Amino acid sequence: MAVIRDVMAAFELYQPSSVADAQKLLEQHGPDAWVLAGGLDSLDWLKDRIRKPKAVVDLSGIAELRGVRTTNDGNDGIEIGAMTTLTEVVNHPVIKQKYGLLAESAELVASPQIRNQGTIGGNVSQDTRCWYYRGGWPCYRAGGNICYADTPEGRNREHAILHADRCVAVNPSDSAPALIALDAKFVVRTPKGERVVDAEDYFIGPDIDITRLHILQPGDLLTAIRIPSTWARAQFYFEKVRDRNVWDFPLMNVASAMVTSGDRIERIRIAVNGAAARPLRLKAVEDAVRGQPRNTATGEMAGRLAVQGAVPLQFNAYKIPLMRNLVKRAVSGVEEATWAS
Amino acid sequence: MAERVSSKAMQDVQEEGVLKAVSRRDFIKGVISSGVAVSSAGYLFRASSILHGQQLAAGVGERLITLNVNGQQRRVDVMKQETLAWTLRYKLGLTGTKLGCDRAECGSCSVLIDDIPHYSCSVLTHTVRGRKVLTIEGLAAEDGTLHPVQQGVIDEQGFQCAFCMPGFIMTAVGFLKTNPNPTRRELAHGVSGNLCRCQDYDKILTALMRGAENMRRSSLG
Ligand SMILES: Cc1cc2nc3c(=O)[nH]c(=O)nc-3n(C[C@H](O)[C@H](O)[C@H](O)COP(=O)(O)OP(=O)(O)OC[C@H]3O[C@@H](n4cnc5c(N)ncnc54)[C@H](O)[C@@H]3O)c2cc1C
Ligand code: SF4
Ligand code: FES
Ligand code: FES
Repeated sequence: MAVIRDVMAAFELYQPSSVADAQKLLEQHGPDAWVLAGGLDSLDWLKDRIRKPKAVVDLSGIAELRGVRTTNDGNDGIEIGAMTTLTEVVNHPVIKQKYGLLAESAELVASPQIRNQGTIGGNVSQDTRCWYYRGGWPCYRAGGNICYADTPEGRNREHAILHADRCVAVNPSDSAPALIALDAKFVVRTPKGERVVDAEDYFIGPDIDITRLHILQPGDLLTAIRIPSTWARAQFYFEKVRDRNVWDFPLMNVASAMVTSGDRIERIRIAVNGAAARPLRLKAVEDAVRGQPRNTATGEMAGRLAVQGAVPLQFNAYKIPLMRNLVKRAVSGVEEATWAS
Repeated sequence: MAERVSSKAMQDVQEEGVLKAVSRRDFIKGVISSGVAVSSAGYLFRASSILHGQQLAAGVGERLITLNVNGQQRRVDVMKQETLAWTLRYKLGLTGTKLGCDRAECGSCSVLIDDIPHYSCSVLTHTVRGRKVLTIEGLAAEDGTLHPVQQGVIDEQGFQCAFCMPGFIMTAVGFLKTNPNPTRRELAHGVSGNLCRCQDYDKILTALMRGAENMRRSSLG
């Protein structure tokens, strides 16, 4: 995949020190601008010369976008600046203690060096890893009128089983489902002002816009992610399945936050990623298991319900039992399998 | 000025058919030691015409910036789209940092930026102005005494071809700064973002564990 073509095409690099300046630059350059966070998704596009922005706007010098703050909304939630690195998220004491689900998901991203540099804002805003698309093939997502992955010979082992619409690519983020399960809010700065959206509404499928995985329009910035205290210290479950234990994107992952009373599930939020073009919140599953005992039978019911309507491609049918099992384990709380090494 | 010098150098090089005449390493070191500003010509043999033409055409040239590398202030001409690995190797002559994949997938380019391990192939040089860059060349003490982790690697003969070694050592040094007393498993996790093509990870870990021990001892003594 990683073909060294040559160095990146020339661009002008802007390094603003405030969100307002960054926004001015983005407005000025419109569709020719590229937002640079940690660069781990961005630089691939630029090195492969699939994208050739004229102006790259580097957010790394904007102090107001960094760090974790407690919010003053009286409920003890936190706000994570978009440029906070994944390592900072993993190590933050409040995130570890109260929102461990997010720390756990971020710790499973890629490799230590990537977590040291990759940002939470970039992690949720990154593009799909479908290799046809990233290799520069003129597919639907790239503005063409064919999907190269959804053909009898297409390499689609990593692709979607749910909600495909022409494009069968998946969202590759590990932190996204954890943020959905924690009922996080994403703070988006648009040229018209600030917008706060529910985590699950930040992500969009090809039915809404086939060229993007999220709602950001040119000129928009994600500035922060807020986590309310609603699910602080709940019972969390995160599991990621991948081919290698380092670097690999999730084939699929699951994140859940649950509050029980006695053996009953009182409240639950659950999301999976790697199944569709956006991380999926499984509302039907949440509704079905609420009030039920937390046991294997409930887990199995949840798993079956989760995969209803799933359609496999040539090489990814394994994702259906995988998703069924992940949801089952997240709901019934069975220990995940581990490798002895 | 710098650009003119280097494009002249490039022309000479191209006319001579440089790959026959001088090894690229000799050429680069030669340029560096002769004190001529080393410009984009650094390592253009792979893509000379494209990069060269682009520079002239787009007019997006280099900018002279000062970088803090291995404790020294280094002034260097850097393109906007240049990665740190590129600057270190082909502008500053610090070829101890290796380029394997150029895609954040192998770890051979690992350096410390403000004490934290990063893949230098995936960092734009302009973004590290004002930060401290440490490469394998900057690890040993001024009198030549090796860093405790380097010594551990030598004592245990940790590597085979050693292409991956600078990356492993820098990552381990960064990890050990915050986790000075790791278990073998924790250290393995710490350097899990580094690949070795020769693949004796067990031996590498033994060497790095020895390095960790040396480091603890040297900070005691
Ligand atoms: C080898 C490799 C393996 C990886 N494995 C995993 C993995 O297992 N799991 C996983 O979840 N991720 C993985 N990643 C992805 C990596 O974590 C993300 O690429 C990274 O988090 C993106 O963040 P970044 O800060 O580097 O952003 P960038 O690459 O700079 O940005 C990513 C995208 O988001 C946009 N963007 C970023 N921040 C903002 C903002 N604040 N406002 C508006 N737009 C913004 C950029 O314009 C760009 O389009 C991997 C990456 C690599 C290179
Ligand atoms: S899955 Fe989507 S991104 Fe991949 S080739 Fe098909 S249309 Fe393009
Ligand atoms: S060369 Fe940078 S990670 Fe491989
Ligand atoms: S020793 Fe040869 S690549 Fe690691």
